[in-house]
Amino acid sequence: MDLWMLYALMKKSRLFEEAVAQLWQRGLISGEMHLGTGEEAIIAGIVSQLMPGDAMAVDHRGTAAFLMRGIDPVALLREMLGREDGLCGGRGGHMHLYSKEHLAASSGIVGAAGPRAVGFALAAQYLRPASVAIAFFGEGAMNQGMLLESLNLAAVWNLPVIFVCKDDGWAIITQPQEAARGDMGERVHGLGVNYVAVDGLDVDAVWSAGSQAIERARTGGGPTFLHNRCVHLEGHFLGYELLRVTRRPFQELPKLTVPVLRSFLRKGGGSLKERLAGMKMILSKLWSTMRDPREDENNDPIIRLRQRLMVDPGRLNEVDQNALTEISAVLSAALVEVTR
Amino acid sequence: MRLMYFSEAIDDALAQAMVEDPNIIVFGEDVLLLRRNLLARFGPARVRGTPISESAFLGAGVAAAMAGLRPVVEVWQVDFLSVGLDALINHAAKLEAFTHGNWTAPIVVRVPCGGGYGDGGQHEQSLWGWLAHIPGLSIVVPSTPADAGRLMLSALRQDGPVVFFEHKLLSEIYLAALGSGGRESVQFDVPAEGNRGPVPDKWAPLPLGEAIIRRDGGDLSLISIGVGVHRALEAAQALGKDGVSAQVLDLRTIQPIDKFQVCQAAAKTGHVLIIDEDYEGFGLSGELAAILLEAGISVKYARVCTQTTIPYAQQLEKQMLPNTECIIASAKSLLVG
Repeated sequence: MDLWMLYALMKKSRLFEEAVAQLWQRGLISGEMHLGTGEEAIIAGIVSQLMPGDAMAVDHRGTAAFLMRGIDPVALLREMLGREDGLCGGRGGHMHLYSKEHLAASSGIVGAAGPRAVGFALAAQYLRPASVAIAFFGEGAMNQGMLLESLNLAAVWNLPVIFVCKDDGWAIITQPQEAARGDMGERVHGLGVNYVAVDGLDVDAVWSAGSQAIERARTGGGPTFLHNRCVHLEGHFLGYELLRVTRRPFQELPKLTVPVLRSFLRKGGGSLKERLAGMKMILSKLWSTMRDPREDENNDPIIRLRQRLMVDPGRLNEVDQNALTEISAVLSAALVEVTR
Repeated sequence: MRLMYFSEAIDDALAQAMVEDPNIIVFGEDVLLLRRNLLARFGPARVRGTPISESAFLGAGVAAAMAGLRPVVEVWQVDFLSVGLDALINHAAKLEAFTHGNWTAPIVVRVPCGGGYGDGGQHEQSLWGWLAHIPGLSIVVPSTPADAGRLMLSALRQDGPVVFFEHKLLSEIYLAALGSGGRESVQFDVPAEGNRGPVPDKWAPLPLGEAIIRRDGGDLSLISIGVGVHRALEAAQALGKDGVSAQVLDLRTIQPIDKFQVCQAAAKTGHVLIIDEDYEGFGLSGELAAILLEAGISVKYARVCTQTTIPYAQQLEKQMLPNTECIIASAKSLLVG
């Protein structure tokens, strides 16, 4: 494992996605935008170990995985800008990224990475022995039938799949304890899939767990499920309402609370007890969002890795500068005709 | 009369119905966020979120309806309905037929649909023709806040399953969440009258299957539904300046469909142009042609529909979805040809 190489991947991905966020804010990228900032350690720890012939099934948050797989960043950015010379001719956008050459495919349907990775792995068993397939998804997808069915199928067919769960504890507004009972590890284990819990903020840990899982899959040992915890620095998507409230409470909070209070007070409806229970749920969502884990630097995988690499500040600075130069060049190349 | 936004009107009518009928419950994906106003008024027993498990919660909604509740079940986008479609196609839609009319499932499935805000081909489909294909499902696609609230009320009074389409381009809630996300740098081609408009002080149901003439004219009938109605009205206005008198018929529901008004409109002008945001092949636009043929009405016919997977790129998306320019061009060539 080369921590410096992993750091460079993560740093470039972060800079790239920060640039994407700015372009989105300027209105040059349309629709929703799901950034992967905060999950770079998970993506880097896995994707950096892939070989030609390995496949990737990615969710709606797939930019980092595509970047780190070595897919042309200029084409990627142009895709988001909706250009003819984008990765998919501007037809897909960031939720529908594809690269046939890399066997990399994303989807905006939650859980769809499961069956897709299983199919990629099945093809690998016949056509590309010792190749593996990765599925990236969030913890919200773990209640989606097709993903659970895929875990089962991967187990019974002993397929070389690595199920990579990026668990940030939020599926838009739904928190895991509201959406599932029992322990995720037991659930996965119960389906006959090897389960490993990983600190998804620590690229070292992800890389090591990933290395074992990939090696196991390549040598016929079947599927592994890596449960990585992380924090999405921009929430579910850019401009997510509850994060806006947290960040600009004076402007945003009244927009949310005034209609809620008005509705709370309207004649007809639930008893006071029921209404209070409803209010309590709304407040608890707000409260959970406001206790923002983003403020703790330890929840940023890049800051965490930097602390380890500070042993060589000169080299760190150099890697940072190189990343900045590279991403700046990508930006100017991608934007060349847009701003003209 | 009050003024309301599109989704506000739906929620208001839904709230009125919930006050009157304690068996109405609301559940679905991110309902705690989207229906927080209802949550604060009716409490968590009647307004609840679900895991992302469409096949389970849609199926459960159907069975809960069979057993006496009136669930309003929400899916984030109609595109995601495909994940749990078995519940609707093989169960909700079949029950009445299988039991020879003895048992029905009064579920309302509320689905945001449609494009024009840049989410691309897996999040912007219409798919109403696809669902209307299945006998046993009612399909509702309102185009104004007043119709939306009134149709929600009648959806809640049906014996069988209703899929209630809520166009995202009209919905202040979805546009803010999905399209703009708090940024002010983007603008969408939102039809003003569909987005906000007068609604009654007390909601009364609007029977399913009643189309409405939004604009009268004698040369050409533009027949549409949802956002397409507003595009048609805009086109009709422009055509008027060129001396063409175009009528605009808003179907409002697809199943049941108002065959009488469709035939009447077609017979009146002899020229029919269908504007359908759903896919062109094997859908509403073809069905309307069949209705006219079966009725023995001979017309000049054309259609402006979505032809392929909706592209992400803004300009391509705009060209792909039925827009005023292509409606005007099609109308003119229909009248000339």
